[in-house]
Amino acid sequence: MLTRRELLKNSVTLLGSLSLGACLKQDIFKEKFRELSEEEKRRFLKRLEERYEKRYGIKFSVRDTPPQKGVVFGYALDLSRCIGCRRCVYACVMENNQSRDIPIQWIRVLRIKKGHFAPSDFESAEHYYNPEKVPEDGYIYIPVQCQQCENPPCVKVCPTKATWKEPDGIVVIDYEWCIGCRCCMAACPYWARRFNWKEPYIPEKEINPDTHYYGNRPRMRGVVEKCTFCIQRTRNGRYPACVEACPVGARKFGNLLDPESEVRYILDNFSIFRLKAELNTEPKFFYFFSLGR
Amino acid sequence: MIPVVLYILISVIPASSDTLNPPRVLSSSFYPCSDCHQGLKTNLQVRKLSFHDDILIEHDKLWCLDCHSPSDRNRLRLPMGRTVAFENLPRLCATCHGHIYIQWSKGIHGKRTGYWNGKKNYFICTECHNPHSPSFRPLRPEPPPLRPERTIRRD
Repeated sequence: MLTRRELLKNSVTLLGSLSLGACLKQDIFKEKFRELSEEEKRRFLKRLEERYEKRYGIKFSVRDTPPQKGVVFGYALDLSRCIGCRRCVYACVMENNQSRDIPIQWIRVLRIKKGHFAPSDFESAEHYYNPEKVPEDGYIYIPVQCQQCENPPCVKVCPTKATWKEPDGIVVIDYEWCIGCRCCMAACPYWARRFNWKEPYIPEKEINPDTHYYGNRPRMRGVVEKCTFCIQRTRNGRYPACVEACPVGARKFGNLLDPESEVRYILDNFSIFRLKAELNTEPKFFYFFSLGR
Repeated sequence: MIPVVLYILISVIPASSDTLNPPRVLSSSFYPCSDCHQGLKTNLQVRKLSFHDDILIEHDKLWCLDCHSPSDRNRLRLPMGRTVAFENLPRLCATCHGHIYIQWSKGIHGKRTGYWNGKKNYFICTECHNPHSPSFRPLRPEPPPLRPERTIRRD
């Protein structure tokens, strides 16, 4: 049992040690990154870069590229093309600095028997499939990642407001503010969020030093992470890594507000559907079939 | 003798301003075909070839001269008899696969890399498909995720 005297004594020691350490305000009494002034942001990002450079021994860039005006990102995936080869999964791991020793993968490829697929029921889905060759007869493959909901349940439940939807539709996480309660993981109907149970390990050779503050910068133990549509690439105009890795061209990405974009062509010309649409999460991730297979 | 092996990079459609790299066709290493075929008599008979025997045609019931022009060896032949240059190859494919051609030109069929709002790299038909055997071969999938019980540290 802790007496009041002991508690007071301990608190005083703790406070003392905190002030003694060469800790900066941002590290202990954290303010929300998005509420910092431009100059404070620059300074904080610089310090992060230095920290990562020391740890991984290469030049790092941590940017906070803001959303572009008039852009809302959307994604479309052609299920008649997907062969379940998981190239996207590992391209994502490499691009986004996911943990390798206890593997974290943002994309899950589900395999479902033909005729058993219902967009709201994944009871019969299997994601540990491992045949000699894909595609297999009698199965379809459905890659699932963060659906970047317009009405995201994960954001509603976060007690520290560490996750929110940006103006370009990407749901981001401020890892500095995530307390690891994992409420968002329970709230997500798509199983899109992952938790760092331990300090993630990434081999120095495989680190991607081109990072975004809300995206692929190295994470710490005890925080949640997920797909950000490769925020570090897409906010600079590039396609996400999974789009470029797909060997069959099943993945399409673009600006939903641009009538000329590839995703808009798909929305206008194909029968599309979204996973678990009845939950009113309004995903911006669409699935379609461009042909029979 | 076989002429000098030559990989030619031909720039093709759609040469619009939002193209990152000129799209390319990897033509036969024997191009230009006329180097050998000039002195050869054209045999229209469907037969097993004694040369080019490494080419396996698994493209419905097509035969060489359905797509390769017998009169102009350096060009491709459209079904109605007109010829197109190798760099206009999608034109030829489109004569049978019209709906795919439309989807490809909209960026739906096939893949584009580069920038969603700017310069793109287009892949043309033969960069992904072997024209003589266009179906994709099955692939070995990347390893599955670890089952949660396998990720527990036992020490």
